[in-house]
Amino acid sequence: MISVDQLNKSFGKLRVLNEVSIAWQAGKSYALIGPNGSGKTTLIKAILGLVIPDTGVIRVDGVPVDARGRYRTKIGYMPQIGRYPDNMTIGQLVEMMKSIRPDVPETDEDLLDAFKLYKLFDKRMRTLSGGTRQKVSAALAFLFHPPILILDEPTAGLDPVASEVLKEKILNEKRKGRLIVITSHILSDLDELTTDLVYLHEGQVQYQNTVDELKRETREARLTKAIATLIRQRELIHSVTPTT
Amino acid sequence: MTRVLKYVFYDLLRTRFILVYTLFLWFLTFALFQFDSDAGKVVLSLMNVALLVVPLVSVVFTTIHYFNSYEFIELMLAQPIHRRAVFLSEYLGVASSLVMAFLLGVGMPVALFGAGTAGLALVFSGTMLTLVFVSLAFLSSVLTQDKAKAIGVALLFWFYFSLIYDGILLWVVYTLSDYPLEKITLGLVALNPVDLARIILLLQLDISALMGYTGAFYQKFFGSAAGMLFSSLTLLLWVLLPLWAATRIFQKKDL
Repeated sequence: MISVDQLNKSFGKLRVLNEVSIAWQAGKSYALIGPNGSGKTTLIKAILGLVIPDTGVIRVDGVPVDARGRYRTKIGYMPQIGRYPDNMTIGQLVEMMKSIRPDVPETDEDLLDAFKLYKLFDKRMRTLSGGTRQKVSAALAFLFHPPILILDEPTAGLDPVASEVLKEKILNEKRKGRLIVITSHILSDLDELTTDLVYLHEGQVQYQNTVDELKRETREARLTKAIATLIRQRELIHSVTPTT
Repeated sequence: MTRVLKYVFYDLLRTRFILVYTLFLWFLTFALFQFDSDAGKVVLSLMNVALLVVPLVSVVFTTIHYFNSYEFIELMLAQPIHRRAVFLSEYLGVASSLVMAFLLGVGMPVALFGAGTAGLALVFSGTMLTLVFVSLAFLSSVLTQDKAKAIGVALLFWFYFSLIYDGILLWVVYTLSDYPLEKITLGLVALNPVDLARIILLLQLDISALMGYTGAFYQKFFGSAAGMLFSSLTLLLWVLLPLWAATRIFQKKDL
């Protein structure tokens, strides 16, 4: 579904992505993790066409990423920070999104229902709390039954009830065979939601495997522990190998 | 593109700043017409508003709006629309709301009180300058990464065209005053949209005689249909060139 081939990106002297290659398939859900500044957001932005790579090719469902962006009909994206024009109402925002994709006959309004956003339809964005805006972002990402879902820190800032609702929705979509990519620092959430793991460090893919395999390798039962062990092992290897 | 534009425009129409700006222009124009029955003098006073305040407001409002909409622009770019369409929607949204504020605030009272061709020239140059400086502000926004720098660069554009350029021009004219400079200054004036607008306006008022021989020369040039066409096209070029450059940069920009 998404293939990334030897992607490189530098911001000035800083090398943010270094020969990143990835092949993500439909029906799987991937946890994209790594420390702050490891290039997770840049990778996601490159797939969405927001960041233009220096070298390398990104294909979404076989179509190379370009400025026209037809390929983005297949993607539902939930940004980390949802900020919207102050005076736009939720209703107008949903209406606008629908007008951008007029060819989708029936929209998926489960989350609009579950988060009770209909009641807030004529509330202006300026008046909404951060959590409510997050709910709006989530609802928009799922609105068009996209075969690919990219969720950047989906549960951060949501209350426990909303967070559960969203997780339930993600699991539902996973069962329908969607490709799901989630970045999060809340590892316990990832344990429930994802089947595979991609660990980025300093712009390089350091580890790429299924969650079960990782647990077996590190002999840990929980993802949180397994990742901690993984990171410690990596750091150990880094400390003994001289950096070039 | 119109799909996004419509909502950007709705949003801006309800921005408090646009409302305040419209009311400010409206009260000012109205008050000036109350003070003075001579429409020519009113237009002359309003000229300074159109040449200084309008570009300044356009520049500052545009850059602030661009950076406040940054996350929204990102989200739009993650949708299946062309990058250019998103950018032009933002441009047209900002430009049309500011132009509308100017037309309501200045254009409407001027039309009511009947200021003739001078009034028409005022509304025309105010509108064009709004568009020019919105273009320049978008250019400075895509050239920089943060709000403070963008406002700085945009203000520099404003300073340059409103003050610095005229200083340089005066210096050139003064040092080379022994030579016939009419045609050269005409060319130099075309390089500054604010000067161009000022000349269009002054020539519609009966004070061009104060400008001496040069004034007569300008009167002859800009008074003709070809001259009006030249200045209008040059102003249009001042709108389109920065917009074109900004669009090109935006298409290749990392967000």
